[in-house]
Amino acid sequence: MRALWILPGCAMLLAVTSAHAEIAAHERKSGAEFMSPQTQAMQADDASNPGMLAVLDGEAAWNEKAGAANKACADCHGAAEQSMKGVSARYPAFNAATSQPIDVAGQVNQCRTGRQQAQPLRAESRELLALTTYIGLQSRGMSVAPPDDERLTPFRERGKALFNQRLGQLNFSCAHCHEDNWGRKLGSAPIPQAHANAYPIYRLEWQDVGSLQRRLRNCMSGVRAAPYSYGSIEFIELELFLAERARGMAVETPGVRP
Amino acid sequence: MARALINVPAKAKKGEIIEIKTMLSHPMETGFRPAADGKLVPRNIIKRFVCTYDGEAVFSADLFPAISANPFLSFTLVATNSGVITFSWTDDNGQTQVQTAKIEVA
Amino acid sequence: MKTQILSTQISKTDPSRRTFLAGAAGAAVCVIAPSARATPEEMAQAIKDFTGGKPVREGGVEVDIPVLLESGHSVPTIVRVDSPMNAQNYVRAIAVFNERNPQPNVGVFHLTPRSGRAFVSTRIRLGDSQKVVAVAQMSDGSFRSGSIDVIVTLPACVEGA
Repeated sequence: MRALWILPGCAMLLAVTSAHAEIAAHERKSGAEFMSPQTQAMQADDASNPGMLAVLDGEAAWNEKAGAANKACADCHGAAEQSMKGVSARYPAFNAATSQPIDVAGQVNQCRTGRQQAQPLRAESRELLALTTYIGLQSRGMSVAPPDDERLTPFRERGKALFNQRLGQLNFSCAHCHEDNWGRKLGSAPIPQAHANAYPIYRLEWQDVGSLQRRLRNCMSGVRAAPYSYGSIEFIELELFLAERARGMAVETPGVRP
Repeated sequence: MARALINVPAKAKKGEIIEIKTMLSHPMETGFRPAADGKLVPRNIIKRFVCTYDGEAVFSADLFPAISANPFLSFTLVATNSGVITFSWTDDNGQTQVQTAKIEVA
Repeated sequence: MKTQILSTQISKTDPSRRTFLAGAAGAAVCVIAPSARATPEEMAQAIKDFTGGKPVREGGVEVDIPVLLESGHSVPTIVRVDSPMNAQNYVRAIAVFNERNPQPNVGVFHLTPRSGRAFVSTRIRLGDSQKVVAVAQMSDGSFRSGSIDVIVTLPACVEGA
């Protein structure tokens, strides 16, 4: 009813069924497949991928001592190439101390406040993105592999509900675009399937790297909804669902997107 | 110091044409973009890039705000002899960042 | 031997789509106030400044940009010039211009016989669908040029939209 002005026929159908066409495993496509050959080439070559600048920053930050404890990430975790291999591919994970799921950015800040006794890094700050991109790179090429942890289930289910929840003045859910209409055009741009397997990404529009949460906030403002806050439980729940939805797809961090 | 990413082959044959790729972490602020308060963000760009091979300038560029953030430049050089290839980026304030790479030519 | 990664493939555009896409791009370029735009005349003047008013012969300069761009923020741009690039005959400089950004100048790239090839690859900003021109200054003091018309579109759900 409320979406009548856009798609009269479909809106009625959606209102009745409210079920979305979940994407079959063999039909799943990374966002990279929807990009131009030039943008694909930019991502594929480390000497051309501007996200690698954040990786270099992250590598430096990994080895830099911080906080009252005067410890670097490397002092506890050693070489990230070994210790962080596969970590981003299996996050968010359940954090027993808080009884809540936590994503990589949250985990970095927990280490900062808990182990390094330093100030947490601001959401979407250059330093935090550098570390999460560097950590993400260590899973590149591995399959997205969310943990089979029953404690995560209720959070993931809520994430799925949020994905299918109509939002904003345009009254669209994530699924309306990314499950029902992927491959079609929005304006001149193809609608991708919204798989979270390349974050943090270097987005050409941002001219910088940004997190999955920044991208989700971007989509929310696109449908004229008030975005959730950075680090909010809603975003972690969405991240959990998106990880499950992308299970088995290859991690591309740092992805490049238009 | 801004982060630079340089790709120079470590080894090359004498006379071989090699491709160099360079990228510098820099916003290339155009001076035409309004900030949230409506005022223009002051221009801040890399305006000059120079590549020297054994002290001789072999490639250089004058850049304008139309060059994208994190300026990427790729060009070719003839591998003449083993030595040092130097890259320098100079911004609007005259500050220069220098990076070097070694090449072995046989 | 390193391989060149950036594709030289040029997308073909259906003329009937072109109109629509140009319209979509036109609606999306409000980042730059119209008064702050360069014009084709300003580009012609900028080229004249570069050549010192000497004649420019068209041809022998390839501006390699996909015709249809999914973003104007970072447009892979390659320029190649026909030249043996030896000590007697080489390209001294390649200057790139545009006609609808705030300024007509994009960059001037200075080459030498030690460049081996008359080639430069960079990424540029294009605020609108427009013509991009490259002018090459040859070692004998003559000038050549090449150009391409490109269509700039925007990604879906632009931030802050």
